[in-house]
Amino acid sequence: MSIILETRDLAKSFGAVTAAANINVTIHEGEIVGVIGSNGAGKTTFINMVTGYLKPSQGSILFRGKEMVGLSPRQVTREGICRSFQVAQLFPELSVLENMLIACSMLGGNLFNPFSPLKTKANLQAAQAALDDYLIGEYAHAPVSTLPQGVRKLLDIAMAMVGRPSLLLLDEPTSGVAIEEKFGLMDTVIKAVINSGAASLFVEHDMEIVSRYATRVIAFYDGHIIADAHTTEALNHPQVREYIIGSELHREQAEGVRYAAN
Amino acid sequence: MGSDRTPIFLCAALLLLLVVGLFIPNWLVFLFTISMAKGLVVLGLILLMRTGLVSFGQGLYYCLGGYIVGISGQHWGITDVALVFLLVVLAATLLSSILGLLLCRYREIFFAMLTMAFSMILYGILVKSEKLGSTDGFIIAQATLFGWQPEVEASGTWIFALAVIITLVALLVMHLYFRSPMGFGGEAIRENEIRVEYLGVSPRRLIYIKYVVAAVLAAFGGAITAVAAGHVDPEMAFWATSGEFVFIALLGGTLHVAAPLVGAFLIEIIRTIALDLAPYTWQMILGGSLLLIIFFLPKGLWSLLPKRREEEGL
Ligand SMILES: Nc1ncnc2c1ncn2[C@@H]1O[C@H](COP(=O)(O)OP(=O)(O)O)[C@@H](O)[C@H]1O
Ligand SMILES: [Mg+2]
Repeated sequence: MSIILETRDLAKSFGAVTAAANINVTIHEGEIVGVIGSNGAGKTTFINMVTGYLKPSQGSILFRGKEMVGLSPRQVTREGICRSFQVAQLFPELSVLENMLIACSMLGGNLFNPFSPLKTKANLQAAQAALDDYLIGEYAHAPVSTLPQGVRKLLDIAMAMVGRPSLLLLDEPTSGVAIEEKFGLMDTVIKAVINSGAASLFVEHDMEIVSRYATRVIAFYDGHIIADAHTTEALNHPQVREYIIGSELHREQAEGVRYAAN
Repeated sequence: MGSDRTPIFLCAALLLLLVVGLFIPNWLVFLFTISMAKGLVVLGLILLMRTGLVSFGQGLYYCLGGYIVGISGQHWGITDVALVFLLVVLAATLLSSILGLLLCRYREIFFAMLTMAFSMILYGILVKSEKLGSTDGFIIAQATLFGWQPEVEASGTWIFALAVIITLVALLVMHLYFRSPMGFGGEAIRENEIRVEYLGVSPRRLIYIKYVVAAVLAAFGGAITAVAAGHVDPEMAFWATSGEFVFIALLGGTLHVAAPLVGAFLIEIIRTIALDLAPYTWQMILGGSLLLIIFFLPKGLWSLLPKRREEEGL
């Protein structure tokens, strides 16, 4: 399969902090890659660099052979890379349907037609259908600020998918979502991604979810990639077990205690 | 959705106003004309406010519009309203498309202060310009329309009619605009610029366009005021004038295109009555009413009306 994204020697430092160094990642068309790593390992920084939100200190990002470094997020979006956010980035005072309508009009490129209404019957139907695809159609008329995290995360992803990206970057799609809803959410999202034919990279802390949905895993540790391999192989990698899975277990236990205490 | 009755409502209301204008005393006609002029400025202001930006400097374009009318008549010998208004639009577009390049980079208080600074610069220049009458301003030559010179006694009425037509067109256009994807783009920017950027759209470019549109509306307001009052002075660019526009915007709210018009009319009425009853304390009365509005009607007077479902999108 052909390569869709290739980063070479990507690095980013914030003052004395090295958030990323030596990042060489290759992603193929239609591939689904899991990204793991403890907090502060540089996962979000990587996504921010690929989507033009952060300018790398060095290195290059080739998307279908074209250099992405120096492009703004909106230009990267137009090239076909879309993303979701660790904390869902929505229009909180507007309804779910309006959020989707705006996403459709902006990504669909009919923004600069000042005299056709946003809420035409056709637009409303298309937006409703897009929501239904992600099983959040029932919330269409609720203001986003009243929604539970799981719905916000789905809306965030659904809005990104409107751009029909060929690469979708998901930053912790299940964080903040209740445990019993995580698999349902991932089922919905991954199904939509596979149907669209896009390649996808998702950041995830839960190893069960990683092994269920990813065919390949990239492990970040302290700004570096310490493993990049087939899922089972990567999850059994000694350093991954020691530095990442070990600490995730600690985290889960700590959370478990907290939940029990509540 | 249901059908959109606002355009019909707007046409009916303004035609009614036009007819009423024939039967009311001159001072009231003048008051309506000035309300429409200020309403236009505020219409532009709420375009910015829906985008999350408050301009404390719409007086800049209000004054520019007024002075272009004045200078055209007194210094260039152009009195034809159609031509003069064309010049007004060109001047406002030109100035705002230059200043907009800078302003579209700023938000919140920085945007507000910069807009105010620009209008105070114009104020300063005009106050220093002896040729333009300094702080007194100057009288405006009588306007004509396609070579026709209306009689002086009737001039109030035909300027009023002109204002009604311009206002109607502006309200209809802005109503369509607010319902369009670009109109909603303003709310999207107010709510979350990062998301807008990741939807492939430049918030700055949208703000730039909105700023220019708001400037043109403000200039129209200034031009109508100038023609109606027959006089311009630098006060039009003074910060207190811009502040009054913000005041009217808060009074009317941003929920309906006609809100600025209603707000402007109310202010003019309150001012006229208060000036009569309490010449030295009317500002206090205005200030007090603003406080009440902010506390009890944060979305403006319009929120008093019962809300119809699905209408909130304008
Ligand atoms: N904008 C920023 N300014 C300064 N330091 C940052 C910034 N963004 C991230 N960092 C630092 O970079 C490192 C990697 O952060 P991040 O990419 O957010 O980690 P992850 O997403 O893996 O939890 C952390 O040490 C973080 O504190
Ligand atoms: Mg992160």
